[in-house]
Amino acid sequence: MSEPTLLQARGVEIRYGALVAVSEVTFQLESGSFLAVVGPNGSGKSSLVRAILGLVPLTQGKIDVLGKPAGHGPAERIGYVPQFKTFDRHYPALAIEVVATGLHRSWAWRLTVEDRALCMAALERVDVGAIAERPVGELSGGQLQRVYLARALIRKPSLILLDEPATGVDYVGQADFYALLHDVQKELGTTLVMVTHDLEVASHHASEVLLLNRKQIAFGTPTSVLSQSMLGEAFGHIGHDHDTHPDGEHHTE
Amino acid sequence: MTTFEFFSLPFMQRALIAGVLLGFIGGLYGVFVVQRRLSFLGDGLAHAAFGGVALGLLLHNDPLWTALPFTVAVAIGITWVKRRTRLSSDTAIGIFFSVSAALGVLFLAMKRDYSVDAFSYLFGSILSVTREDLWLAFGMFGLSLLSLVRWKAWAYATFDRDLALADGIPTDRDDYLLSILIAVTVVVAVKVVGIILVAAFLVIPAAAARMVTHRFSSMTILSCAIGVSTSIVGLVLSYYADLPSGAVIILAQAATFGALLPFSGRKSA
Repeated sequence: MSEPTLLQARGVEIRYGALVAVSEVTFQLESGSFLAVVGPNGSGKSSLVRAILGLVPLTQGKIDVLGKPAGHGPAERIGYVPQFKTFDRHYPALAIEVVATGLHRSWAWRLTVEDRALCMAALERVDVGAIAERPVGELSGGQLQRVYLARALIRKPSLILLDEPATGVDYVGQADFYALLHDVQKELGTTLVMVTHDLEVASHHASEVLLLNRKQIAFGTPTSVLSQSMLGEAFGHIGHDHDTHPDGEHHTE
Repeated sequence: MTTFEFFSLPFMQRALIAGVLLGFIGGLYGVFVVQRRLSFLGDGLAHAAFGGVALGLLLHNDPLWTALPFTVAVAIGITWVKRRTRLSSDTAIGIFFSVSAALGVLFLAMKRDYSVDAFSYLFGSILSVTREDLWLAFGMFGLSLLSLVRWKAWAYATFDRDLALADGIPTDRDDYLLSILIAVTVVVAVKVVGIILVAAFLVIPAAAARMVTHRFSSMTILSCAIGVSTSIVGLVLSYYADLPSGAVIILAQAATFGALLPFSGRKSA
């Protein structure tokens, strides 16, 4: 039997009370794609990612992940790299323990020798094996980004969702991270869905772009979607500050 | 009297057992209270217990058995408001805190001859712990051991709620369960340390443990150990110094916190 379509959204609408976070979202992704979800602040990018994970209910439409409704699919085949602001930096945890949550889907009381070996392999794959025993509160943005990526990779996932993973990371760190993402994708054939405010990143790295502004403006190749007219529709006047740096999507709940 | 002679006294034995059990339970749930920034919850639930105790006194029922459903209902109410509205935890707790305290005052005013009974619950009296109180503490201890099966899920959700949700942890259900267990702990501990001081059992041992640990599992073990050891030390000191036991236990916890303070790493940016 052939593998079902990796990710499919049909007529998706998400509301928070009377507020429409995003609507009219329809797209389909095949295995091995790299989708960049772009749009201005509050355009519904993070809401869409949370809906794919099954964290927010849809008010209309349907999202299927690996042939199952969002939130009911095989969680062990989905990796998630959240915005760093969602976790508690003062939580007493070592980097290796965060990676282990990807393995156990819960917090480990203690790590077995086998757990440690798997977690170390994942951390070394993303070049941060040396920080395994460091408390997460002491890590830089770039190191945290890699710890979370290692956590996602330990599942050997079919799909990785990344929500603004470059926030708080310097330019060189970002370039290294995107190169690493490409390597990983090539190695595992993983599909990537990444929320980003950086249109240049979307244009250079993604195979598909989904442009949102409370509704779907366009979906397709970077060249077709990131045109002046489409961006104008999504961001308003081109050249305005938030066209190029609409940083940190406002999280609507 | 020799140093350990007081252990042969039945009321001291009951006091020690109650202190050890509650020190452990407070230390166990305290790590979640501290890491989830719910320190105010202990106070809120203690005031709910005050409302329940006052109702029990008014109705001539056992105050603790009346306080139990009252406090659990308030814990459920706080969690519901926090989950279902835009209000923050401290606001939700603040509302229930005030209403419970107001009801407590009202019930006591209706009773009129309240002073002696009410004061024993406000300030606690570990030395008057009865056999029935001890069974209640043992019951809560058993529940806390059973609840350890949810430790991994609670710890995960405490670290990052979204990740836990995405991995299928029922975080809403767990929030209710945890707050109910904390409510029961508060009611059981009221007899020992009193309504005014009970929140410290849920905050100080865990806060002290956090300062010197980098792992949540180590923090949990140390928090329980501090809760138990300070209960014993506080009780013994209070006996020999003839001071209120609840207050001395809390001061022993605070002394431990102070002693560990120099070993705390600086807060990262």
